[in-house]
This record gives sequence, structure tokens and C-alpha cells, in this order.
Amino acid sequence: MASIEETLAATRMFRNLTPEQLSGVAALGEEAEFADRAKLIVEGEAADSFFLIREGFVALQTEAPSGAITIETLHNGDPVGWSWLFEPYLAHFDARSRGVTHAVRFDGAALRGRCTHEPGLGYELMRSFASVIVERLDATRLQLLDVYGATVR
Amino acid sequence: MTPRTHRVVSRRRETADTWTLALESLPGQRLPLFAPGQFGMLYAFGVGEVPISVSGASTALDPLRCTVRAVGSVSSALCATAPGDLVGLRGPYGSTWPLAEAVAGDVVIVAGGLGLAPLRPAIHHLLAHRNEYERVIVCYGGRSAAEMLFVPELEEWRGRFDLDVDVIVDVAGSDWHGKVGVVTKLVELAAFDPDNTIAMMCGPEVMLRFAALTLLTRGVAKERLYTSMERNMHCAIAQCGHCQFGPMFICREGPVQRYDVVEPWLKVQEL
Repeated sequence: MASIEETLAATRMFRNLTPEQLSGVAALGEEAEFADRAKLIVEGEAADSFFLIREGFVALQTEAPSGAITIETLHNGDPVGWSWLFEPYLAHFDARSRGVTHAVRFDGAALRGRCTHEPGLGYELMRSFASVIVERLDATRLQLLDVYGATVR
Repeated sequence: MTPRTHRVVSRRRETADTWTLALESLPGQRLPLFAPGQFGMLYAFGVGEVPISVSGASTALDPLRCTVRAVGSVSSALCATAPGDLVGLRGPYGSTWPLAEAVAGDVVIVAGGLGLAPLRPAIHHLLAHRNEYERVIVCYGGRSAAEMLFVPELEEWRGRFDLDVDVIVDVAGSDWHGKVGVVTKLVELAAFDPDNTIAMMCGPEVMLRFAALTLLTRGVAKERLYTSMERNMHCAIAQCGHCQFGPMFICREGPVQRYDVVEPWLKVQEL
């Protein structure tokens, strides 16, 4: 399996990081494996880490009286969790694995501290996560439009 | 212009409001041959006529299949037909999917909701001539698992080693174990050679625009994107003007058209 640094270098959202920045971020990551239906992130709990999916499938969910509702699924190369970047650093949704999932867990709190002292890294990371947020906002808007509800023919 | 009478052989429920009818010709007559992408005008006697996607192109041996969503009086009457009932049919009309142009390259099919129906004959063609194409990828998005078309066939396709089929739904409960999100996500994940890919898309126009944007971002040239436009065809022979779309009549220049040709008109309101 590729090293954490190699995994980061091959991930689209981290393509603008310098080798030194990649190395610094990789040093804050550790391998993680999740069994089927394990929770990577729990809604309302402290958001002190985020994940990069290496192999597997993660569902972002929220609990409703009728049961868990899946809002989106995330896949290889997708980051899971951005609440670690923004106050009050609390997770907004559950993230649950679907099948055995391999990921890299990053220490978000330590990375925040590092970004404070390395504005260049902080800018690039914020830019990376902002692009992910924009993609997911677009997807959510499309879902809200409920385009399939309208007749095609 | 005169509809020919056909008999409903069978009727299969696809979703709560969508049915696929199998039609056969009456004794002594031949079934019309629809090429993938073409449409027909289906007539519920005494009620009216509507344009219908052919979801299973007729062959000498197989019946013609049309997938209909019950949204108005005519389509509801068609969905309510029973085996043995008679309906009228005109056609084939319109343009076809660019299956010849796609030979020797990758093919990406992007379908949303009922948009899988007019693409299904193209998929059948690709599978029947599998050796002529490189990778064949089907990306299918739907509102929910209960509203997906051709589920048994999708499952069969997913079992093939020479076809990549992925599905995604907008909304899911705990009983759905597949992907959740929009169909553009599947296009992002798909493995194809952008320089040697032809994409065929059908679905709601908003979805088409976003799917095209994702394909363009992946590096597929705009002139290699094709879409099937859905408009209110009435005469189907470019005389009545109901399906006019900018300078085109969709019944004649469409329904399949290159995306760069239709794109300028997609954002014109009430067109």
C-alpha cells in the first residue's frame, strides 16, 4: 500500500501542496481501518480529525425518527469531515463506513495549529477544502432541485 | 401521419407511475424498425397522442418496447392498457445516438431518471457489438431506489465484466446500500480516456448541463457530447412548430443532438 505521503500526493485536492507541505501534513496522519457500519465521525461530537478515504465507501448521515437518512456517499480519494476547520469544531453529521473501509485519519487540531504558524499551508488547505465544499454545495443544490421529479417525457 | 394499430403484448411496471409496454404488429403487418434514439408517437384511441421514447428497439423477432410515465390523460391511458388492447403508433421519427461515431473509443452513458429509457436501445447496441468499442460506462442517477427504471436489467448489466455500470440516488434511507448524491459524481469517478470518449446523455435539462460541465472538466471535447432533447412533439414531422427549440425542430433535428448545438438555447427561458 502507498505511504500516506504518496496517497496525499495522488489526491486531487492536495495537488497544490509543495512536497514540504505534503510531508508535514502526512506526518499528522495515521492509517485507519473501519469495519462495516463503523462510525468515523459522530454528529455533535468534537471534530478534531478528518479522514481521506483510500479504499471504501462512507455514508454521511443524520438520524431521523424514521431512521438514518443518507445525504451523500463518499468514495476513494474523498475527504471526510471539514468541521475541524471551523468553530465550534463540532461534527455536523455522522459518517459511517459501508463495508470495510481504509482511510487515513488526520489530527485536525494539530493541523490547525500548524496552519496558524504556516499561512502558506493554511491558505492552500483552506483552498482545497473550499473547492470540496463548493462541489458538495453544487451537488446539494442539484439534489434540492429534485430534477427527477419533473417529467422527462 | 396515420397511426398504425398495434397490440399491447405485455405491460411491466417500472416505478409507481411508469410502465413499459411491449407492442406487436397486427397480423400481416411488420413492426417499424426504430434505431436507438428515435421516438414514436403513441396514440391512445379516443384520448390522444404523445411522443414516446422507444426503450427497446424492435427487431424482426422482438416486440417494440415503449416506456411511459403517467403524467397526463394520454400517458395515463397508455399506462392503463392491458395485454390485448390496441394502440396507435407513428414513427420512427428523429435522429439517432452516434453509435457509429463512437466505434473504437470509450462510450460514457449518462442517464437521469426516465432518461435511461431512450438510452437503453443504445446500450443494447453497444453490448451486441461489444468488440467494436473500448470501455463502455453507464452512469445512472435517480431520485430514489424506488424510482429507478429497468432494475433487473441494471443488476444483470452490473454482473458483466465488459460493462461498468454505476448508480446513484438523490435520497436514500437505511435500506439503500449504494451511492447517494448526484449523477455527476459517477462521471467524476468513472475511468475513461477523455480524448477518445463519446458521451451520450439523457435526463432533465438541469442535470444535462451539470453532467456536460463535469465531462468538459474531465477533458471531453464539447463536440463529443450528445444529448437527447425532450420537447412537446405534436406532429413529429416539423410542421406544427410545437417542438421548436431556437432554430431547430426537435422532432426533425433531434431528439438526439450534439450538446454544443443545443447548449446556447438551454438557458433561454420558456423555450
